[in-house]
Amino acid sequence: MAEVKDMDIEMRQAYCRTLMELAAEDPRVVVLEADLMKASGTMPFKDAFGKRAIDVGVAEADMVGIASGLSVQGFIPFAATFGCFAARRTFDQFFISSNYAKLNVKLTGTDPGVSAVYNGGTHMPFEDIGLMRMIPDLVILEPSDAASVCGLVREMYKHQGCCYLRLHRKKSPAIYGPDEKFEIGKAKLLKDGNDVTLIGLGAVMMQEVLKAAGLLEKEGINATVIDALSVKPLDRDLILAKARETGVVVTCENHQVDGGLGMAVTKLLADENVFCRMGYIGVQDRFGQVGNLDYLVKAYNLSADDICAKAKSLLKK
Amino acid sequence: MNENELKAFAAEARKNCLFCIGSLGVGHVGGALSIIEILTYLYNGEMRNLDPKNPRREDRDMLVVSKGHSGPALYAVLAMQGFFPMEWLDTLNRGGTRLPSHCDRNQTPGIDMSTGSLGQGLSAACGIAYGAKLKENGQRCYCIIGDGETQEGQNWEAAMFAAAKGLDNLITITDYNKLQIDGTVEQVVGIEDIEAKWKAFGWDVYRADGHDFKALEKAFDAAHKVDGKPKMIICDTIKGKGFPRLEGQVGSHNANITLDEVKELYKGEVPAWLK
Repeated sequence: MAEVKDMDIEMRQAYCRTLMELAAEDPRVVVLEADLMKASGTMPFKDAFGKRAIDVGVAEADMVGIASGLSVQGFIPFAATFGCFAARRTFDQFFISSNYAKLNVKLTGTDPGVSAVYNGGTHMPFEDIGLMRMIPDLVILEPSDAASVCGLVREMYKHQGCCYLRLHRKKSPAIYGPDEKFEIGKAKLLKDGNDVTLIGLGAVMMQEVLKAAGLLEKEGINATVIDALSVKPLDRDLILAKARETGVVVTCENHQVDGGLGMAVTKLLADENVFCRMGYIGVQDRFGQVGNLDYLVKAYNLSADDICAKAKSLLKK
Repeated sequence: MNENELKAFAAEARKNCLFCIGSLGVGHVGGALSIIEILTYLYNGEMRNLDPKNPRREDRDMLVVSKGHSGPALYAVLAMQGFFPMEWLDTLNRGGTRLPSHCDRNQTPGIDMSTGSLGQGLSAACGIAYGAKLKENGQRCYCIIGDGETQEGQNWEAAMFAAAKGLDNLITITDYNKLQIDGTVEQVVGIEDIEAKWKAFGWDVYRADGHDFKALEKAFDAAHKVDGKPKMIICDTIKGKGFPRLEGQVGSHNANITLDEVKELYKGEVPAWLK
């Protein structure tokens, strides 16, 4: 089956189509859902592959356990639910039954951070990356558009071991072409500048970061823009090189700064004795709430304007 | 194996299990000794296509010991079946051992699933059984859960799933020894009517004396004749069975036992593997 080429699709459609391509090639690929098949966009997989799509009902912990058992049998299970449940409710199951057992379970947490919008604070994961980063050897990825979903899901499939995918479900403007190649542990350099390094993560933030880079340019500030994509492992070489070049780094994430990308990058720089002025765009020790995306991006100071202000304040120091 | 041979195997397994824990001086004695006969039955004919030379043989029946703290009982049986050298039994829980307290599929040949965080094993067993259905290879999955463990809600999520998907290749055994860490199961949070509960969840339910091979055979044989439903065999057992000081005692869950005590019990007959 040909690879997905039409990228004017929702990110969940990219997720499902890629899984369908993989499943057509490999009978080991199975999909699990906990009554969110419609939300995750995997209904077409069920229509095409029948019993290889397993809806366990509203039972996320059970879903991760079942996925682990399927992995014992040599299947490659892709299990999805909202990120809040993927990380918080199934944490011990994913930790012990999947990761400690060194199995091959791919867990997808949808609606990252503020993209949970009207579902509000109960459904708004600002802590999933933080929790997942504590699991040894786990791969953590967050794509930023449909093409990167396709590429990263294929990398998850190839990787022998557990992965966590932080998946924005809706459409997001294309950043990459359909033939772009993605790798675990590799970020993408989207713009090379010499004043400040902006490291973004995920669909919502990469749009803000790209917009911020444009605004800064109008003010004569030349930003480097990195799409992190792989939170664990981080792209050490690219991040260290660009941090060294500019000496000013702003991490931008739709997640708590503590435990998230900001802390991961800070630790990397500290470990390598790269001393930078650091700024953090992200959620600062707060719970989620309801609102539309625009409202929430502003409420948590995640906007392009916030990124610009942070960058400029660091450059003045 | 006939009944006498099974009894002899179980006696040897119990002895090896006790010396395994006794050589360290502490361990989960109670819940290991309560499943010795169940494991003896499973590993001497009930589970098919087991191969100690190839522990991950594709078409083997699998076992998830969800009450992972019963590791030493399983280690005794696996060692006797040749999955690893008997001498390993003298390494329980020592740094760098291949035999940790709780079952670990990456450490011990013959262990199909890592367990220890109670309540998780039955879901994994469902995944294994569902996978066997997808493969259409006739594999069965066995799972042993504890009675106290039954209090974990995830079991009941798995119970619903197994029945909804008609996983008749999933055979679960409840080690109903009536005791848990903080007291009797009845005192802590009683699980009765446990037969009715599993039946209500759509399971095919049997009851057996978990130390009686004839009763076990009757229950397993009857279970195999039923299609379309997952099977639950509730085994009445005695926690600490065969170690008189702890038999039927609440304190038997994780207890100190000395090597001298075990030697005295076996009148100085020490297994050859014990240095």
